[in-house]
Amino acid sequence: MSAVTEMPVPIPPAAARHGSALGRLTLTELKLMGRERSRFFVRLAVPLVLLVIFGAIPFYTQKRASLDGYTLLDAYVPILIAYALAMLALTSLPMVLAGYREQGVLRRLQTTPAGPVRVLVAQFVAYAAVIALMVLLILAVARVGYGVVFPRQVAGFIVAAVLGAVAVLSIGLLIAAASPSAQTAQSIGMILLFPMMFFAGLFFPIPVMPSFLRHLSHATPLGATVQALQDAWLGHWPHPLQLITMAAWAVGCAVAAALLFRWE
Amino acid sequence: MPAVIEVRNLHKSYGDTVAVDDVSFAVEEGEIFGILGPNGAGKTTTVECIEGLRAADRGEISVLGLDPRRDRAELTQRLGVQLQDSQLPDQLRVAEALKLYSSFYREPADWLALMNDLGLAEKSKTRFAKLSGGQKQRVSIALALVGSPRVAVLDELTTGLDPQARRDTWELIDGVRSRGVTIVLVTHFMEEAERLCDRVALIDAGRVVAVDSPAGLAEQVQSEQRIQFRPSVPMDDSLLTSLPDVTSVIHRGDVVVVTGNNNALNAVTSVLARNQIVARQLRVEQASLEDAFVALTGRHGAAHQAAGQS
Repeated sequence: MSAVTEMPVPIPPAAARHGSALGRLTLTELKLMGRERSRFFVRLAVPLVLLVIFGAIPFYTQKRASLDGYTLLDAYVPILIAYALAMLALTSLPMVLAGYREQGVLRRLQTTPAGPVRVLVAQFVAYAAVIALMVLLILAVARVGYGVVFPRQVAGFIVAAVLGAVAVLSIGLLIAAASPSAQTAQSIGMILLFPMMFFAGLFFPIPVMPSFLRHLSHATPLGATVQALQDAWLGHWPHPLQLITMAAWAVGCAVAAALLFRWE
Repeated sequence: MPAVIEVRNLHKSYGDTVAVDDVSFAVEEGEIFGILGPNGAGKTTTVECIEGLRAADRGEISVLGLDPRRDRAELTQRLGVQLQDSQLPDQLRVAEALKLYSSFYREPADWLALMNDLGLAEKSKTRFAKLSGGQKQRVSIALALVGSPRVAVLDELTTGLDPQARRDTWELIDGVRSRGVTIVLVTHFMEEAERLCDRVALIDAGRVVAVDSPAGLAEQVQSEQRIQFRPSVPMDDSLLTSLPDVTSVIHRGDVVVVTGNNNALNAVTSVLARNQIVARQLRVEQASLEDAFVALTGRHGAAHQAAGQS
């Protein structure tokens, strides 16, 4: 400890600032995500693995007259995109944030000029970046591997994907706000993921659902997202009702999360 | 010189539980000011109000002339904080944490120099979860200092550390003071307050019982000394009882126990020297901060329990 007792007086100031606080926080969050290898990369891999499995089954890759010449796989890609959004936003984000609160990370940030709100924004930005990367990856694999065409209404696709992502991220924030611990947050996320994916048509295509389930599906965040993505794929601008549904989920859950959120 | 921190008649309750009843004290520039008291005395609540984490129900607080709630943004730039039970993300490396936290401040310290000074250079690439308790505390101190604060509040710094790590941490705090940082140290650990603090506020049941130097507090409760020794040759008690500074002399086997005022030791040793008696196994007992604590709070159990668990 001799080095300690010979401390210079006073502390030397930093030669240069190390970037903005938000930029550093976002970079740090991305790095930390990468370090949770087993948890994180499994989540990223699931939609891609499903894509490869569906793509390997000829039943899914036959062009069908009943689908206007599209394949079943074409119809599945938007569902897998919705799955990628939900996986990250519902199971990963709430667990990390609730863990930060549990460990006092957020409380510690409260005593710095950065403040804990910045870490929430940083998480949001970091997840949005990973989600964007995932969507591009799914599109690329589907295109190169299985000849799935790119969405024809590109602007509509981007609007639908962004709104869908914001909606599920808001739900993720609400789960984090309502959970006392990381463990609970993860359980709630997993419990919500599968019914939400059911309504997105992962197990059972939306058009063949009984009518009351179909209507229910359109009102769920992921059901609306998949509908909007599929519309954009076929070259239509997404139906306003679906965009409004996603926006309503996004705003409603974000407000509820802000009201419920505790830093400690 | 105006006080760096001034707390006047602070009161804070949670529902029906009064955490802080009436606390006032002032911290001077450059000192290590201890807030000492048993568990649940209201120490942490008091410093959380100073840090602006909690709003006081009543009373005034001024930190570097700032109001902790109203001037929060400015306060966070100038006040370094180490929280009890606060962690970093498990996977974050030491150097990354320091670099990240330094980006929060207007005039940050050189984090690399700080890391080296705190003996963390070898651990710069280690993830937080893999650090020992003492190393985690050092990171925590480094983060409290990375914004070049003028004042740092350190809460229960050495709780849960082994004796060696605790002593190392104490040395560190001495070093921090020598940088000119004023320190508020929250502790329930007597030895720590005695070793580090220039002045101590003794808090019990939400009230300040006394504010003084650790030695001053000890003197307040006991102004007598007890001197024990084994004389080299049998001696006559009257040699000692005749001294004005001595109040009593008793024998325990061949050990002589003398009680008297603060000058008794001087008087006794000179009498012994004059009579060519050697005092073997000489021991002098003076009141300690712990005696003061017990006397002022009337909580023997709490003090021992606190010392035992830390």
